[in-house]
Amino acid sequence: MEELAAVFLARYNYWGVILLMGIGLYAMIAKTNMVKKIIGMNIFQTAIILFYISTAAKYGASIPIIANGHGGHGPGIRAADYMNPLPHVLMLTAIVVSVATLGVALALAVRVYWNYDSLEEDEILNQIKAGQLNRK
Amino acid sequence: MTSQIPALIIVVPLLAALVVSLAAWIRQSLCFAAALCAVLAAWISAILVMGRVINQGVITYRMAGWAPPWGISWHIDHLNAVVLILIATVALINLIATRSTAAREFEDRPGVFYALYLLFVTGLMGIVITGDIFNLYVLLEIASLSGYVLLGMGSGRAAVSSLSYLFIGTIGASLYLFGAGYLYIATGSLNMADIAAILPTIEQTGPIQASFILCLIGLFMKMAFFPLHTWLPNAYTHAPNSSASLIAPLTTKVMIYVMIRIILFVYQPDFAFAQMGIDRFIVWLAVIAILAGSLLAWKQERLKRMLAYIIVSEVGYMVGGFWLGNTAGMTGAVLHILNDAMMTLCLFLAAGALISRVQADAFGALQGVFTKMPFSMIAFVAGARSIIGVPPTCGFFSKWYLISGGMEAGHYAFVAALIISSLVNVLLFFRVIEIGYFEPFDSHHPENGQTTREAPLDMLVPLLVTAGLLIVMGFYANTLVTWIVKPAISAATMGGL
Repeated sequence: MEELAAVFLARYNYWGVILLMGIGLYAMIAKTNMVKKIIGMNIFQTAIILFYISTAAKYGASIPIIANGHGGHGPGIRAADYMNPLPHVLMLTAIVVSVATLGVALALAVRVYWNYDSLEEDEILNQIKAGQLNRK
Repeated sequence: MTSQIPALIIVVPLLAALVVSLAAWIRQSLCFAAALCAVLAAWISAILVMGRVINQGVITYRMAGWAPPWGISWHIDHLNAVVLILIATVALINLIATRSTAAREFEDRPGVFYALYLLFVTGLMGIVITGDIFNLYVLLEIASLSGYVLLGMGSGRAAVSSLSYLFIGTIGASLYLFGAGYLYIATGSLNMADIAAILPTIEQTGPIQASFILCLIGLFMKMAFFPLHTWLPNAYTHAPNSSASLIAPLTTKVMIYVMIRIILFVYQPDFAFAQMGIDRFIVWLAVIAILAGSLLAWKQERLKRMLAYIIVSEVGYMVGGFWLGNTAGMTGAVLHILNDAMMTLCLFLAAGALISRVQADAFGALQGVFTKMPFSMIAFVAGARSIIGVPPTCGFFSKWYLISGGMEAGHYAFVAALIISSLVNVLLFFRVIEIGYFEPFDSHHPENGQTTREAPLDMLVPLLVTAGLLIVMGFYANTLVTWIVKPAISAATMGGL
C-alpha cells in the first residue's frame, strides 16, 4: 500500500493531468449544452498543456537564463540547474492553437443558436427530426 | 534560388491567404485570381520538388537555416513529394471547378472563402512536408480549423455538423499532441529523423508504447476510421459544395499519409509491427470499417451522404492495406491514397454539378439526368467505375495490390471484405445510374424540364479532366509504382520487412 502511495505521489502531475482530461472528456460526452461541451474541450486541451509544462520542471532548477553566458567566460553550465525551456515555448504555440479552436467553436455555436434558437443538443436534434428549421 | 523551392510550397499559399483577404476590400473579383495564382505556384513548386527528389534523392530543407534537430527541417522524399503534388492538383482543379458554385454559396464574402481555402491548402501541404512532430501538430490544426469553418459556412445543419466535427477533431489532435509529448520525454527530440535515430538505442517500453497508441488513436479520429467516423457523414453532407469537394478528397487521405509517415519513419516498422503486435487486430478493425462503411452507404437515400459513407469504407482499405505489413499491401495503400483522392474529387465535383442544376441530391431527384447532363454523368460513371475497381480506371490497380497484399499476408477476411465492398459499390452506383438513365426526366420535374441543362463549362472541363486523369493514372499505374511508390516504401522498410 505504501509503495502504491509512493508511486501515486511521485507522479502526481500525471494524475492531475489524467483527472483534468477525464473531466474534459466527461463534459464533452455527457453534457448536452454546446457551451459546456466547448468548456470541456478547453479543459481537455489545457490538461495536455499542463502535461508538457510539468515535464519541463526539475528539482532545484532555476529559470533558464544564463548570466554571463556569452563567450563562455562564466563557470561551467550544468543543464540540471536549469528548467527545460522548450516545452514552455511549444505550449505557447499550443495555447494559441487552443484559443483559435475556442474562437472557431464559439463562432459555430453562435451560428447554431441563430439557426435553432437553442444550444441544447437534444432540443436541436428534436428540431432536426421534426424538420422545422426556423432560420432567421 | 532553386534550393529554396520547398519553402515556396508553404510560404506562397500562406501569404496569398493574407493577400486575398486584403484584396477583398479592393475588388472581390481579385480574390479568385489571387487564389488561382497561389495554388498554381504551389503546384509548379511541388512538381519541381518531385523532379529534384527523383533525380537527386531525399531533400532536407532547413527552415531559416537552422540545422536539425534544433531547427525545423523539411524532409522531402518520394512519399511526400507525390502527396504534395496530389494536394496541389486537387486544390487547383477544385478551385477552377467551383468558381461559380463558390460565388453563389459565399456571395457576400468571397475573400473569406478563398483565404480559408488557401489556409487549408497551406496546412495540408505543411503536414505533408514537415519533418518535425510538433510542427506537424500546429499545421494539422491550421488545416483542421480552416476546414471546420469552410464546412460550417453552409446553410441549415452545416454549423451543428461542423461543431461536432470540431469536438472530435480537437480530441484527435490533442491525443496526437499528448503522444508527441511522451515521445519528446523519452527521446528529447522533436525532429522525426532524430527521433528515428534515437528510438532504437533506448528501451522501448512504457512511454514509447503509450505515445504510439495515443498518436494512432488521435490519427484514427482525424481520418474517420470506423467506429471513430461519426463526424464525417454529417460534416460532408451539409457542407457547401465548393468546400466539400476540396475537403472530402484530401483530409482523410492526408491523415493516412501521416499515419504511414509516423509509423515508417519515426517509430519504424520493427517496433510498430513486430514489437507492438497489434497489426492483425487493426486489419480486423479495417475489415469491419470496410463492411460497415459499405452497408451504411447502402442505406442512404442521398447522393452526397452515400459518397461520404463510401469514404469511410475507403479509409478502411488504406488502413487495412498498410497494416498488412507487406510490400504489396503498403504499395496498394500508398497508391490508393493517390487514386482515392482523385476519384473522390471526381464524384464530389459531379455531385456538385448535379446539385447546381437539379437543386437536390435525393436519388428521386436524379431521374433522367443522363439526357439533360450527359457529360457530367459520363464523369460520374468514370468515378463510379474507379471506386468499384473496373479496369482501366486507376481504382482497379490499387485494389489489385491491396488484394494481393491480403493474399500474401494470409488475411483472407480482408480480401473478402474488399471484394464484398466492391460488389456493394456496384449495386450502390448502378442504383444511381439506373435512376438517372432509365427513368424519364419530365415525370419528376414537370416544372423545370426545359430549363435544366448541362453544367457550365468552367465546371464541366475540370470535371472531365479529373475523370480523364482517373484513366490516365490507371494506364500509368505501373510507372507510378516503379518510380514513386516503391522507392517511397523501400526507403523505410529495407531492414524490417
